[in-house]
Amino acid sequence: MKERVDVDVAIVGGGIAGCCAALRMRRSGLSVCLLEKGAVGSQASGVNFGGVRQQGRDFAELPLSRRSRELWGRLPELVGSDCEFVASGHIKLARSDADVEALDRYAAGAADHGLALELIGRARLRRDYPWLGEHVVGASLAPTDGHANPRLVAPAFGRAARAAGADVREFTRVEEVVRDGDRFRVRAGAIEVASTFLVNAAGAWGGAIAAAFGEPVPIATIAPNMLVTEPLPPLLTRSIGVCGGDIYLRQVPRGNVVFGGGHAWVDLDQERARPLTEISTCAMAEALRIVPALASALVIRSWTGIEGQMPDHLPVIGFSRTTPNLVHAFGFSGHGFQLGPAIGMILDELVREGASESPLDAFDIGRFHNSAQPPHAAGPHNGG
Amino acid sequence: MTDPTTVVVGAGPAGIRAAEALVRHGLRVVVLDESARAGGQIYRQPPDAFERAYAKRYGFEARKARALHDAAARVLPLADYRPSTLVWNVWQRALDVTRDGRIERVPFDALVLATGATDRLMPIPGWTRAGVYSLGGAQIALKYQDCAIGRRIALLGTGPLLYLVAFQYRKAGANVVAVLDTAPAAAKRRALPQLAASPRTLAKGIFYRAWLASRRVTIEEGVVPLDIAGGERVDAVRYRRDGVERRIDCDAVALGFGLRSETQLADLAGCVFEFDAQDAQWLPRRDADGETSVPGVYVAGDGAGIGGADAAELWGERVGLAIAQRHGRAGADARIAAIDRRLARLARFRAALDRAFAIPALPPGDDTVVCRCESVRAGAARAAIRDFGVVDVNRLKALTRVGMGRCQGRMCGLAAAALVAAESGRDVAAAGRLRAQPPIKPLVMMPSLAPVPARGPSAPQGAAERSTP
Amino acid sequence: MTPGGQWVRLGAAQRSDIEFSLDGEPAKARLGDTLLTAILLVRSRLSMTRSTDPHAGFCLMGACQECWVSADERPVRACSTLLAPGMRVVTRRHAAGD
Repeated sequence: MKERVDVDVAIVGGGIAGCCAALRMRRSGLSVCLLEKGAVGSQASGVNFGGVRQQGRDFAELPLSRRSRELWGRLPELVGSDCEFVASGHIKLARSDADVEALDRYAAGAADHGLALELIGRARLRRDYPWLGEHVVGASLAPTDGHANPRLVAPAFGRAARAAGADVREFTRVEEVVRDGDRFRVRAGAIEVASTFLVNAAGAWGGAIAAAFGEPVPIATIAPNMLVTEPLPPLLTRSIGVCGGDIYLRQVPRGNVVFGGGHAWVDLDQERARPLTEISTCAMAEALRIVPALASALVIRSWTGIEGQMPDHLPVIGFSRTTPNLVHAFGFSGHGFQLGPAIGMILDELVREGASESPLDAFDIGRFHNSAQPPHAAGPHNGG
Repeated sequence: MTDPTTVVVGAGPAGIRAAEALVRHGLRVVVLDESARAGGQIYRQPPDAFERAYAKRYGFEARKARALHDAAARVLPLADYRPSTLVWNVWQRALDVTRDGRIERVPFDALVLATGATDRLMPIPGWTRAGVYSLGGAQIALKYQDCAIGRRIALLGTGPLLYLVAFQYRKAGANVVAVLDTAPAAAKRRALPQLAASPRTLAKGIFYRAWLASRRVTIEEGVVPLDIAGGERVDAVRYRRDGVERRIDCDAVALGFGLRSETQLADLAGCVFEFDAQDAQWLPRRDADGETSVPGVYVAGDGAGIGGADAAELWGERVGLAIAQRHGRAGADARIAAIDRRLARLARFRAALDRAFAIPALPPGDDTVVCRCESVRAGAARAAIRDFGVVDVNRLKALTRVGMGRCQGRMCGLAAAALVAAESGRDVAAAGRLRAQPPIKPLVMMPSLAPVPARGPSAPQGAAERSTP
Repeated sequence: MTPGGQWVRLGAAQRSDIEFSLDGEPAKARLGDTLLTAILLVRSRLSMTRSTDPHAGFCLMGACQECWVSADERPVRACSTLLAPGMRVVTRRHAAGD
């Protein structure tokens, strides 16, 4: 006996993007049904490093990232919890002269995009961060960047969305999505959702949905290789990254140091992922070089999860090129966590107005096809 | 077909007998054990400096302990025996182990997981005070170190071990002030006919109890624990029996409600698990040979389901023989049949024991610490379960940190699942089990642990940076 | 309440004395003692941090992970590590916190 649901917007995927969108859309007065095959936030959104970071992004992402940062600061107001967000600042470390030059270049470009970074030379590094390893020769500081607990954020948005009247269905796997006249029909277990708009926020599974609508994309499946220590006394005053991206570390309020680098094993068909010992031991070794005081700390756990990656490491955001009222927001390539709140706003804008105040050209799904067709910038007032 | 290399994890009763059967049939065996000496927990050998007084140390089990140790002494030199080796991961038919501060990879053709058990704990108010030990821990203090955990010791919980440890302590001269058993006398009486199927074991249990009573040790049954009182140290145990609140002054408590199997490696090996209603825990599914759902991965002993030391030895031998048979070794059929008959009989006895000493339902008060490592109280867990509609214990862990500490849920996992079940109105099996994550025990961050690469895992410059979180 | 150690030795031990240092102070125990035994024979807890934390050992079989201490600057589980002569044992592994 099928349960039938009829809404303005059906969202496939309960990661941070989908949950933020569900909340935002409810506040805009749209009716929303979100379908998530597991528990909300259990894949990329829940297993990532937890960096809330503007620094280091492709410049095309910076406007979205800045928009998102404003929302991160208002998390208690939005979802009733700060989700352990700390504006600790983020330092990106240089381990060579070439790294220093790269940081300089990025900082100059970032300034043009409104992101102010402070370059730190060796002397100040030794003075302000004496706990950094000797081989670190410089850094770039983003003072307003920080980190949060990824386990808490999507669930908090999901809960807020539900409280705002979104129909959030966990453990409800989408089996089929089709266009039905001028609407969408989504079949998911015992429910059938009819909607005017479809939001594809399905993460690593977003490519399958895009393909179902005739616009396949070259999405790869990746998995972060994450580790965590026992609780330690306060040591890391900033969230840490490096030029090259092979290691990143942060210390959570409880005291544990979360760190990671490289890729774990993953199989999308089996929906399984596992940390790899070789990768973990490399990460441990590099973590020790970056923060020598970690020696003798206990590593108590490792984990991973499933993420979608695009060849240019930029997400797919925006209208479908084949189907009216279909909006994509997936393929965040391992760095979608910080963008989540802004994506929610953007998806709401796209659905209600057919356009977003944020620049989305770089994320157009059409970049993977040699199609001359413009995206379907359809809104509720434009049936086509 | 070439002979396989079988890796046996655990040198307790099950592991030693598995290795023995394999060696006897001329098969290559690697035995990995976390301890420095073989014997497991029940037959744990004290450090070298201690005198080997079997009767004094193992009581009625002295003959079995000696036989097992002698078997180990015969067999282990014929195997590739690596003590003081922690096995912390299973991946693609090899184990990740740590020995002497170095990580090694140990490949296997066949794997026998004989990882034993730990105490089954339930949160009681005050159970995190200094001076509270697990029941098995209290036994180890005595057997392994000739020490008592305090000067006035109360044993609280249930299970046959409660009486055994009390007896061992009192016999060794420790001051046992009380044995407080949550299981009612009526349940034990009802189980007597089935328990009589193993008359020697039953007689021992009756003997321990009678002996304790004759030494004026307070024995109470059908108790409802209220709390373990005190300041920084334990002062007393308060409980209720027959509606009357009582108090036992003590300075140490041995706490335990039966045993729980150590199944993390079976989980990491990819074994299918099933909920065992009798053991009230999730266990790897195994067939009559002890083989799990993963070909070539076997489980034996208490690590596969609580059966006691005798059953562990039999299962270990059974698994060794099964592997030998798979690789063309003949002549084991009669022995296998005999083992199966004995295991069936022991299983019947064990079922009766589990009914006699049923795990009590002791829902913790909101103020009671559930997760010792992270100091998470039951009230916080309940709030999260309600607020987020939690139906699975792994979700509870993600939201509240229950099970995220150094012990990775060994002490609190079962209680956490019970909480999820109770608050979400489902049975405990539906709440799931905490999934294992490597390393299953902590690794020390040391430079020697891995070779230092020139520059981390390779990725094209730029692309890797954009894809970091 | 009896001051001093939580644990009690049972029976006469024929094992020789060992000298070691416990949190910088000279201490004595016996050959064959684990670090946990050596500490709990003279103290009521392993570590002097927050009293709400469990710090006197619990399972004694390497499962609960509550007895980590430092021995000659290496982290070890006190319940599973035998005392060696001259060992420098520090029960508070970190400056603060856990």
